[in-house]
Amino acid sequence: MKKRRETITALLFASPWLLGFSIFLVYPLVASIYFSFCNYSVLRPAVFTGMQNYTDLMHDKIFWLALNNTLLYTVLALPLGLIVSLGLAMLLNSKVKGMALYRTIFFVPSLVPLVALAVLMQFIFNGQYGIINSILRYIPIHSQSWPPNWLGDPAFSKIVLVLISVWGAGNAMVIYLAGLQDVPQQLYEAADLDGAGWWAKTIHVTLPTISPVILFNLIMGIIGTLQVFTVPYVISPSGSPMRSIYFYAMYLYDNAFTFHNMGYACAMGWILFLIILALTLLALRLSERHVHYGN
Amino acid sequence: MTAIQANKPKKQRSLSGPRYPLLTHLVLIAVSVVMIFPLFWLVTTSLKTNPQAMRVPPVWIPHPILWRNFYDAFTYQSKSLGYIPFLVYGRNTLIISILVVSGTVVSNSLVAYAFARLKWPGRDLLFMITLATMMVPFPVLMVPTFILFQRLHWIGTFRPLWVPAWFGGAFNIFLLRQFFMTIPQELTEAARIDGCSEWTIYRDIVLPLARPALAVVALFTFMGVWNDFLGPLIYLTNQNTFTLSLGLQSYSSQNGGTEFGLLMAASTMVIAPIIILFFFTQKLFIQGIAVTGLKG
Repeated sequence: MKKRRETITALLFASPWLLGFSIFLVYPLVASIYFSFCNYSVLRPAVFTGMQNYTDLMHDKIFWLALNNTLLYTVLALPLGLIVSLGLAMLLNSKVKGMALYRTIFFVPSLVPLVALAVLMQFIFNGQYGIINSILRYIPIHSQSWPPNWLGDPAFSKIVLVLISVWGAGNAMVIYLAGLQDVPQQLYEAADLDGAGWWAKTIHVTLPTISPVILFNLIMGIIGTLQVFTVPYVISPSGSPMRSIYFYAMYLYDNAFTFHNMGYACAMGWILFLIILALTLLALRLSERHVHYGN
Repeated sequence: MTAIQANKPKKQRSLSGPRYPLLTHLVLIAVSVVMIFPLFWLVTTSLKTNPQAMRVPPVWIPHPILWRNFYDAFTYQSKSLGYIPFLVYGRNTLIISILVVSGTVVSNSLVAYAFARLKWPGRDLLFMITLATMMVPFPVLMVPTFILFQRLHWIGTFRPLWVPAWFGGAFNIFLLRQFFMTIPQELTEAARIDGCSEWTIYRDIVLPLARPALAVVALFTFMGVWNDFLGPLIYLTNQNTFTLSLGLQSYSSQNGGTEFGLLMAASTMVIAPIIILFFFTQKLFIQGIAVTGLKG
């Protein structure tokens, strides 16, 4: 009797999530799998079409373009973001005066809401009036293509997005910094006794000790970067110029809410999930030998 | 003797890296300039007239300082842009934030209490599944969730944006559960022996002790709502219901290449509250990221 009452109390406490889990997770997951095998345009009931969406996707040029753009962006932004934020965290971990102020300054960019970030950067990188080009014009390169037309040029637009993402990488930096501060001082003292320099200490002490943190930031980075949406969408919903910043999540969004191809969009969602899953497992697998967990 | 003393600080410094404090400072200052400059440019541009904002070579310090842009953005008046209801956007964002933050804190603390301090069949299995679902990207769930809200005729209202918050979320459940587990069992056992109900223990013992964790959840949830773009983009259809993020985007896409001063004033108003909030909650903030990051 007492046990039963205990269970009822517990279920009452858990009830918001029991409902939320069913309504906002299990139902959409199951429905999304089903829709991905359907022709479904909202206005008409879903019609089961088997693998049609998936085979269509394999022959969809824009799908491949968006996927290529996204992978290229990830290959550029992810390693650069990881390295820069680690470098900044190491800088912030050095013992010089005024560090509290530096830490605040380094972190503030990552607070900027993404839409405002996109609007601001669009202005800063504007080919005609942008401050970046105003400065670059002082460098006397006599070429028609100097200074670059950044967001107006398909060869540079992705690079601008990479720079924007690196500028706002403060979260990863703070996570690194917390990891760096947990590195036991004795390890550095022991390395000092062995006559290790800064570089040797970084390679043999710092990096191995914080390797779980690096792995964590890498996996969070994979998940976040492959879903990039807000900044490019605000800069150009159609990914112009020449669809150079048209990313996977933007095409998925367009399929769902512009073309009302709900089934197609669901299929895209699952393919994205599989890509994220595969890359995450790959990262975990490759890191096995290099990540050291204390204890 | 002096040689040893002179040696000491040097050695200490080498423990943490920089042998050249001056060089370290120079690098720190250079990076600081890169970090701060875009925001400096944002604020100065927001105080410029439009021709001044677009002048080449650039005007570094606005002259005269023009507060008009903020006034225009606030009072909906702009000759060339027409209607920009920024106060309405701000009000909408606040309403949604309050509903989401309170829902998140209430629901997740209840659920986390059940996961951390109570025994019930299926608890550990459900917890494992809950953690696993954090891997599922939003685009997978986006379409069925939209269709669900469409069936309920909620599209165009705030409800799709705040109602789910009252049903808990995997990440916050996890975070609060971890925190609740650190509260000593003896404390709640003693209360149980005294005949307190679980509700009393939750409300009078666990919640007050968990205040820092709840504050972290509330802070990050608020930031999330303020920042959210995809949600409002999907669910809000009428300009009068837009949030600040969505309002700024629609405003920029219609008039992006024209009135930079006004656009930067509007952006400043979206960014400033978050930065001000950060300055008041800095410690909590950094702890929050470090804890959520490292234990996640």
